[in-house]
Amino acid sequence: MSELPWIVWVVLTPLAGALLAFLWPAQGVRVALLAGLGTGVAVLGLSLQLAQLGAQRYAVGAWDPPLGISLYADGLTAVMLLMTLLVFAPTLVYARAYFKQTAHLFWSLGLFLWAALNALFLSGDVFNLYVTLELLGLSAVALTALGGQSQALVAAYRYLLASLLGSLSYLLGVGLLYAEYATLDLQTLGQVIGLDPASAVALALMATGMLLKTALFPLHFWLPPAHASAAAPVSALLSGLVVKGSLYLLLRLWLEFFPETTVPASSLILGLLGAGAVVWGSWQAIRARRLKFLVAYSTVAQLGYPFLAFPLLAAGWDALAALVYFMLSHAAAKAAMFLAAGSVLRAFGQDRLAELHGLLRVLPLSVAAFILAGISLIGLPPSGGFVAKWLLLEAAFATGQWGWALVTLLGTLLAAGYVFRILTRALEDTTLSDRPSPVPRSMELTALLLAVASLLLGLVALPVLGLLEVGR
Amino acid sequence: MNEGGLVLLAILLTSLVPGLVIFFLAEASVLLRTVINLAGAVLKLLLVLWTMHQVGQGVIYELRWPFLPGLDLVLRADHLAVFFGLLSAGLWLLTTLYAVGYLEGSPNRSRFFGFFSLCVFSTTGIAFAGNLHTFFIFYELLTITTYPLVVHRGTAAAFQAGRIYLAYTLGGGAVLLLGVVWLSVLAGPVDFTQVGILEAVYTQQPSTLVLVFALLVAGLGVKAALFLLHSWLPIAMVAPAPVSALLHAVAVVKAGAFGVVRVVYDVYGVGLLARLELDLPLALWAAMTILYGSLMALRQDDLKRRLAYSTVSQISYIVLGVALLGPLGTVGGLAHLVHQGLMKITMFMCAGIFSEVHNVKKVSQMAGMGRRMPWTMAAFSLTALGMIGLPPLVGFYSKWYLALGALESPYPAFALVLLASSLLNAAYFLPILYAAWFVAPSAELPRASRPGQETSWMLLLPPMVTSLLVLGMGLLAASPFSPLVWAIRFAQGEHGP
Repeated sequence: MSELPWIVWVVLTPLAGALLAFLWPAQGVRVALLAGLGTGVAVLGLSLQLAQLGAQRYAVGAWDPPLGISLYADGLTAVMLLMTLLVFAPTLVYARAYFKQTAHLFWSLGLFLWAALNALFLSGDVFNLYVTLELLGLSAVALTALGGQSQALVAAYRYLLASLLGSLSYLLGVGLLYAEYATLDLQTLGQVIGLDPASAVALALMATGMLLKTALFPLHFWLPPAHASAAAPVSALLSGLVVKGSLYLLLRLWLEFFPETTVPASSLILGLLGAGAVVWGSWQAIRARRLKFLVAYSTVAQLGYPFLAFPLLAAGWDALAALVYFMLSHAAAKAAMFLAAGSVLRAFGQDRLAELHGLLRVLPLSVAAFILAGISLIGLPPSGGFVAKWLLLEAAFATGQWGWALVTLLGTLLAAGYVFRILTRALEDTTLSDRPSPVPRSMELTALLLAVASLLLGLVALPVLGLLEVGR
Repeated sequence: MNEGGLVLLAILLTSLVPGLVIFFLAEASVLLRTVINLAGAVLKLLLVLWTMHQVGQGVIYELRWPFLPGLDLVLRADHLAVFFGLLSAGLWLLTTLYAVGYLEGSPNRSRFFGFFSLCVFSTTGIAFAGNLHTFFIFYELLTITTYPLVVHRGTAAAFQAGRIYLAYTLGGGAVLLLGVVWLSVLAGPVDFTQVGILEAVYTQQPSTLVLVFALLVAGLGVKAALFLLHSWLPIAMVAPAPVSALLHAVAVVKAGAFGVVRVVYDVYGVGLLARLELDLPLALWAAMTILYGSLMALRQDDLKRRLAYSTVSQISYIVLGVALLGPLGTVGGLAHLVHQGLMKITMFMCAGIFSEVHNVKKVSQMAGMGRRMPWTMAAFSLTALGMIGLPPLVGFYSKWYLALGALESPYPAFALVLLASSLLNAAYFLPILYAAWFVAPSAELPRASRPGQETSWMLLLPPMVTSLLVLGMGLLAASPFSPLVWAIRFAQGEHGP
């Protein structure tokens, strides 16, 4: 078992599934579910392998760098892969009930997105990272446009421009680095890189590209319309996973190039932007008129928290654990919310918050999913969000940087503001305005499953953090 | 996991599982829901009594779950835990019975009883939490689970109250979290068994400890309704009567007071607090709350609001007793934790009956109530006299020990606060009793002679039981199972015999 090259299968399985689903659309659902199963086995296999043997490096086709492509996996990779699996598996089941016709592009595009994400997490050099990032962005844009309405198309177009701009900026940075150091390998670069003007410009370009793709305030303009107008399973993937891809890349660069190139100002800027995201995103979510916009702005806010951890990364382990746990618990919670919002749209035909009468009576399980996922977003115990906040507060206190702790707590209260808006709406005992359409049980249950997962993440923090430590 | 840990887990599950199951029951399955509810409540009470017996024998149950590196979630059945645990388990059983009768025929009962059970789950967790962050986890769970109960009626006023309740309690929770994390960064996991753990910090940064104490008490003070942090409590009165009863007697305000008790005895320790000179500020804050609550109660015509302000005042008796830092104050404060619960829950259940049966919600409408509902009014009167502090009712013992505690402390003037508060208690309760028993009702109504005639037995039995406990535990104050004796035993352990 531990000798198998799981690391390759983690990418190949969803990729093969994507091709099959494209060539054989009538069987798209079955192919997707099978490929999902296979990818799940591969990810679990790789994670066990990592836990036993430590970090893995694999040269594809036995060509070593600088000529060949090398894959690299450590604990951080494993946690990211597991996060992707955690969101993808229920989303595929949900999509089976959500998309009525079987011959749908969602299956091939979705699997392709999965393959791109897994490849991104496994890439060991800065150019492959660019390629996977581009593949990820393009499949995400195509998925956004799947909805087909003019709103979705406009949003997808804006998303495309932002995404291309981000990748381009990153690629410029890669070019500069290559010109100076003549290597693309991440670890080699990490050993030779210094703080000269060319490197600084390169890293700034790369980071800015990633910030745009991660939609960090104030570069978040493209996110709410794209995430709110996409189909529900797509929104779940976009908000739960795709933005994490570029965030992961930024973190990886930071960890590899740290501390040679980090000036205190850069981490401070990231932290301040994160704080801005928390406040501005939450405020917009509190004011949102439509449910999906509320959830999308909540993503803008929640993406701020990981950036609060950047100024604390220098202090040690706690901040990195907090950052990763924010990504993890937000992935599960936000996917749950978007899936549940999809059920609401299916039942009511619209999602204007003021008109969702009798929500609790029509969709009790979806309301439960909203609440449980909301608890994690607010960061109340015993959820995964609470663990992340606890770790962040500890890191802040340990280094005496109280400011970040206060921002975190402010974000807690603001998040409660928008989450309880949904709960209040649900508890209102009004009569139904019109007959809601039936919602398949599997749609409600998968959302609830993800919400429960986001809650239980708080109780299994030790093994997850243990895995994260592999190779560190 | 040892056998004792399983018992503690079972104590939590006896309300968690019924709560989750009840959510999925159909609205109409009243019998099944009631059976599940009561079975859980009875089982829990038996388990807590067993645990209490074990503690009496010197056996301390403990359950640990690794949470984060170096931080465990701990449940631990020590003296204080079973003290508060028994109060919540016992009163939950009675309140459940009352709530079944009270909500008969009203909508959304599955939802109500589901959250009701989760609320008690959280309270039991608070009781048995073995360290500060476990305590915090259940403390926040309590906020989430009580919100749907507060807004249960679904009216605009209820949602308004719910918003205010949330703003206060989540804000308090955030401040508390700040204190808890800070403390665990300073001193590692703050288990309630390691009181001396802060001594090392004290030698280096005593002023930080003062600041953390302020954060902790301010966070807990929101739920304990300390002066300036209390405004949510009278507003939350829009909740149905069983919720108010539970909120005021065992769940929310008690969680805050219990937290202060834990912080004083099991986190900082009496000696350290005295050296940090934090006893006087805390006692002053409590005294101010006592007087303010009583004065405000005097001005309310709405019966539930008068009771609410009375709670504001009475909860601070506990805080005052603890803040005096002496053994006698400890006895008074801790005993009052139980005594106030018994008395206040009786009064709220009676107030619920008045409003449910005769639509009487104001003090000014109470005329002749003694003739209309003699049994309910008798229970109400008995506990009102107890609140004033008439011997041999339980309230007398609380005040007696608190006053002694004040006199033995460096600040004997606090005895005057207790005296003044007792006079105010009399001033706002006696007119109600006078009107109910001695003023003729405006319209003659048929008298009820037997308990069955004035309201359903499910509504009447719980307040009768609790009011008899108010009398019985006063008469038998020296018996081994009286809260007073437990408080004395705790004080001996804490301060030496």
